[in-house]
Parts: sequence; structure tokens; C-alpha cells
Amino acid sequence: MTTRTIKVGALARVEGEGALKVTIRDGKVKHAELNIFEPPRFFEGFLQGRAFTEAPDITARICGICPVAYQMSAVHAMEAAIGATITPEIRALRRLLYCGEWIESHGLHVYMLHAPDFLGYPGAIELANDEPEIVKRGLAMKKAGNAIVAMVGGREIHPVNIKVGGFYKAPSKKALNGLVEKLKQGRDIALDTVRWVAGFDFPDVERDYEFVSLSHPDEYPFNEGRIISNRGLDIDATAYPDHFEEFHMPQSTALHSRIKERGFYFCGPMARYSLNFSKLPDIAKDVAKEVGLGTVCKNPYQSIIVRSIELVFAFDEALRIIDGYQPPDPPSVPIAARAGVGHAATEAPRGMLYHRYQLAEDGAIEHATIIPPTSQNQATIEEDLTTFIPQWLNMNDDDLRWRCEQTVRNYDPCISCATHFLKLDIDRD
Amino acid sequence: MADAPKKPKLAVWKFASCDGCQLSLLDCEDEILAVAGAVEIAMFLEATRTELDGPYDVSLVEGSITTAHDAERIQEIRRQSRTLITIGACATSGGIQALRNFRNVTDFVNIVYARPDYIDTLATSTPISDHVPVDFELRGCPIDKGQLLELLAAFLAGRKPAIANHSVCVECKQRGNVCVMVAKGTPCLGPVTHAGCGAICPSVDRGCYGCFGPMESPNVDSLRPWLKDLGMDQQALNRVYGTFNVNAEPFREESQRS
Repeated sequence: MTTRTIKVGALARVEGEGALKVTIRDGKVKHAELNIFEPPRFFEGFLQGRAFTEAPDITARICGICPVAYQMSAVHAMEAAIGATITPEIRALRRLLYCGEWIESHGLHVYMLHAPDFLGYPGAIELANDEPEIVKRGLAMKKAGNAIVAMVGGREIHPVNIKVGGFYKAPSKKALNGLVEKLKQGRDIALDTVRWVAGFDFPDVERDYEFVSLSHPDEYPFNEGRIISNRGLDIDATAYPDHFEEFHMPQSTALHSRIKERGFYFCGPMARYSLNFSKLPDIAKDVAKEVGLGTVCKNPYQSIIVRSIELVFAFDEALRIIDGYQPPDPPSVPIAARAGVGHAATEAPRGMLYHRYQLAEDGAIEHATIIPPTSQNQATIEEDLTTFIPQWLNMNDDDLRWRCEQTVRNYDPCISCATHFLKLDIDRD
Repeated sequence: MADAPKKPKLAVWKFASCDGCQLSLLDCEDEILAVAGAVEIAMFLEATRTELDGPYDVSLVEGSITTAHDAERIQEIRRQSRTLITIGACATSGGIQALRNFRNVTDFVNIVYARPDYIDTLATSTPISDHVPVDFELRGCPIDKGQLLELLAAFLAGRKPAIANHSVCVECKQRGNVCVMVAKGTPCLGPVTHAGCGAICPSVDRGCYGCFGPMESPNVDSLRPWLKDLGMDQQALNRVYGTFNVNAEPFREESQRS
């Protein structure tokens, strides 16, 4: 038996630090392992004993790419623990904030982290040397998303205007109206982006995933809804611990997740899209149809098309919310500390983010559980590698390494969240 | 034909952190391509697969030192870097993960991980300057992207960066904010906190929570009775100082005061 070994010192264009090890023996993938070695930071540990009001600011620091997602899951879980109900105006403003984060994060991933794989560039900076106008389109969208987060949240990274119960201060209608032109341009760019990425060469692969995402009766999901799957899961977030479990693998400082009854699953844009296509606005459905993407997508390399369609949705939804915007007055509902347990799941750009808090009588956090999307997807990423790599064994080492990296980047993994990065190590005949 | 003048080599490095400070560079949507034109990006894993060998003219370092491996890695990066700049609260003070410094880290490992024996970590989270000489420290959790651009521009021009070290109070005055402590009775760390954010919290009717860390000469003794008069008890004071810059004096001392 011969062994061939390929090593990548560091996987680029992901958020955080990790490694990938693929062992190939006699033409078969024996083992694929995503090794997350991001140093652990112990957020759930030092949340213990903090006031419930601190969770949005502290958990934001888990991830600089998707702080809003952490803040949203935290405030909803705290409000559930305390039994508080927010107003429709606060709810709409939170949705608008989430639109901003999706646009910023998806714009970054589509143009700067993922597209270079399809075009054969090491990164967007190098792509910009040849195709500056393309990269500028992505930057323009990203900037529009950041403008929403800065306007509603007070700054782009680790927003300061979010609290349990609502906001510290509501932006004025006039201020939000000032974003409209940029958002309309952004929506047009997003439509062009869908058409652009749909023309990429995609490996012809599919897998029959169990997709998991939130689902809401009337809306494409952000902040609320039931947790559903294409294999019959349909639960409230309070039942999350009954159906999902986490386990710890030696190669990782992130915990893996699985559905207790069945095994690994897939969360993120492709799951949301495939489970909620009917909730998308017509403009997003129409462009999906135009580029020939069905209502369900099972090819993870095409996640870049799905992300681009979600960009169309997020711009359109932001414009809809601003059009009907009434500043919440007061900007937050009163919250009184009390003992309780609260669960919440919201849709981070890269997938479902679950928080659970147990509070003492005085509102101190007694126990915190946080399950980020990347640790939920980690085992599925490894299965993708095991399943797909055998057909590419004739590639040279450099090309195969790049293809493996691309396979991981399909998931827009945020290893800062899952604890954090990526180094690739292919061991083969 | 003469060679074009060589562009300075820029490297971006990550240690224990959330990635937010290096994302600030990519968040400079209007300037990033100009920056990329002015320097050679030799290492920036969040953005590109390109990895060029050192030495580097300038290294931006994000994150704190929390593992034995990282304590060695920063030594090599220092050796390879003409100028080394730390970006953000983790790199300049140890970050929120420095809360471990005040407890037995094993307690935290046991809370979070089912198999603590799989986890390799140091008992402390420490700033880069505890390990190697640092040429400039940019504050903030996260850093302000305008300040990052100023820092890079100053580096390229060979001049001193125009980055003020006064308190957030001065930024409130510059913005024309009404003082939230005086007018609304909202506790605020602005008087002792390093400027740079643009007083964003008071601008949304919220007290500053100190995410840029201590200013150059903070008078926490004077602020303490004011904060207590506004309703903060000692535990609340311990917590507000004990967050994103808990390892930076005098926030450290205030976070442990009984």
C-alpha cells in the first residue's frame, strides 16, 4: 500500500484557524477530518455570573463577521427567559439590522472569499488586478450592508445599539430613507451577481442532505420561526436540546453537532433556500428561475448562487422595511430580571445559531449554551470531502488541494465562531 | 529598464480573536483596493491564499497569546517584521478571553468542553507586548477603520500617525453630544476610556462601556463615586471594567476591587 501526502499549511479565505487532513489509501478516501485549532476562548464559561443584559455585547465578540447574529440570538433567548414581548416596530428594525449583516457577510463571501476559487485567483485582491469592476461591485454591496448595520446598530462590527428588549435609540425615518438609493443600486448589483455566478463551472455533484433551518409562515426566516427539516423535524427552539446533541472530537476545539435520531445535517443558505423558497419575494424567485436554479439546491458548490439570491432578498426586504418604517417609541420594552430558562435560534448568514440561557432570580446568567452554525456543519463538511474527493484523485496535488479548500469554503465556515481556522493536510497513495 | 520601486510588504496575522479587527481592513470598501495598490499584501489569510516569505515591512497582529504554540509563533513573526503593529483589544490587552486570568482556566474548559483533555491552552491570555516589542498599539474592540487607514497612511509616508490618546469625553464634545451622565443620569466610562470610536455609545443615548480600554492617564478613583451615585454597585463596576480590556490597568484593578 502506498501513501501520497499533500499538505496545506493554512487554509485561506475562511474566518478563523483550522486544518484539513485527508487520508487516501488505495484510491479511496479513508478519512477526512476538519481540524479546528482556533484557540478556545471559553465564552460560555465566562458568561456565568454576568448580568443577562450583558449577553448581547459579550456574545457579539465571538465573531467579528456575524456579531449581529449573536446579538439577535442572545436578545431573543433572554426575552424568552424573562417572558418579555417586543413590539412589531422593534421586530421590524431587528429584521432590517439582520438584512444589513447578511448583505455585508454574503457580499464578502461571494466576491472576496468564494468567487476567486471559481475564477482561479488566490484572492479578490489579485482578481481586482485583472477585473477591478467586478470586485468593486462586491465592495459596493458590502458597503451598503455595512451602512445599514452602522445606521441601525451604531457601528459595523460589534454594534452598540442593541439591548435586551430592543434598541437604545431608534434611527429616524429620514436617516433610513437616506439609505434607499444605495440599497436599490445594491439590489440591482445583487441581481447581476446571481447571473454572473450562475455562469461559473460547477462540479457536477449532489448529496441528499438533511437540511435544517428556521421557517416562518409568512417570511423568509431571520429572527423567528420553527426549526424544520426536509426529513420531518418541526420543533420550537425550546425543544432543540431534545433533538440535537453535541459531541467532542479530539482534532477540534469546536464541538460537532448531530440530530439524535438520524445524524449529521446541513444548515445555512442552501438549507434556508431549499426549505423556504416559497417565502422569497418574486424578484428573487424570478432570478432563480432565470438562471435555472430549482427550488431545492443540493450541490454545495452552487451555494454561491444561493447566497447571491439571498442578497437579492436581503436588499429587497431592507427596502420593504424602510418603506413601512415606524420608529419604535419607546425604542425598547421594559425588562425586569427574573429566574427562567430561554432558548432562541436565529439565522446567521452561515446558518442557524442557537442560544440557551438559564437565569437566576436577579437576572444573573447561571448557565449558557451557544451552538454556532459552523460546528453544526462541521461533520457534513467532512462527509462532503469523503464523498466528493474520490472522483478528483487524478488531479495533481496543487489542484486537489485547492478543490478541497473550495469544498470547505462552500460553507462560508466561521471558525472564529466554531472556535475558529484551516490548515490542509492531504495524505494519499 | 529600471525596476519599479519595490512596494512595502504587508502581513496580517491572527491569534486568539474574533477576526473583527482584520475584517476592518476589508470593511474599508472605498480604500482597500488603493491600499492593495500601495503595498504588497504578503500574508492575509482571511483574504487570500497568497503566502509570501518574510521579511515583512509591516505586520498587523490581531489577537492575544493563549497557547504555547502561539507564544513561539509571535517570536518568529517579530523576527520577520520591520514594524509590528497590534490591532485591537485582544492584541493590545489580552481581550475578553483574559477573564481566564482571574480564575482557574480548568474551570472554564470543563464548562465548555465535554472532553477537557482534548484542549490545549495556557492559563492566561496576554497581549502581544508581553511577548515581543511592539511598535504601535491600535485600540478598540473592534478597532476603528478610519484609524487603521490613518495608521497605514502614516506608515507609508514615514510619519507619526495622528491618533489621539485623549478620552471619549473629548469625542462627545467634538460631536456636540449632550453628556449622558449629566443630562440623563446614565453611567458612562467615557471619562476614563481611550478615544477612537467617535463616541458612538453616547450618540445612541447609551453610556460608554470602555471597549477601547483605558486612556493614557485615567482617573478611575474620581469616576468611581460618580458611577455609584448613579446606581452602579461594586459588582456592576467590577463587571463593566471586567470585559473587553479586563487585563489593561487600571481596568484590571477596578474589575477585581471588593
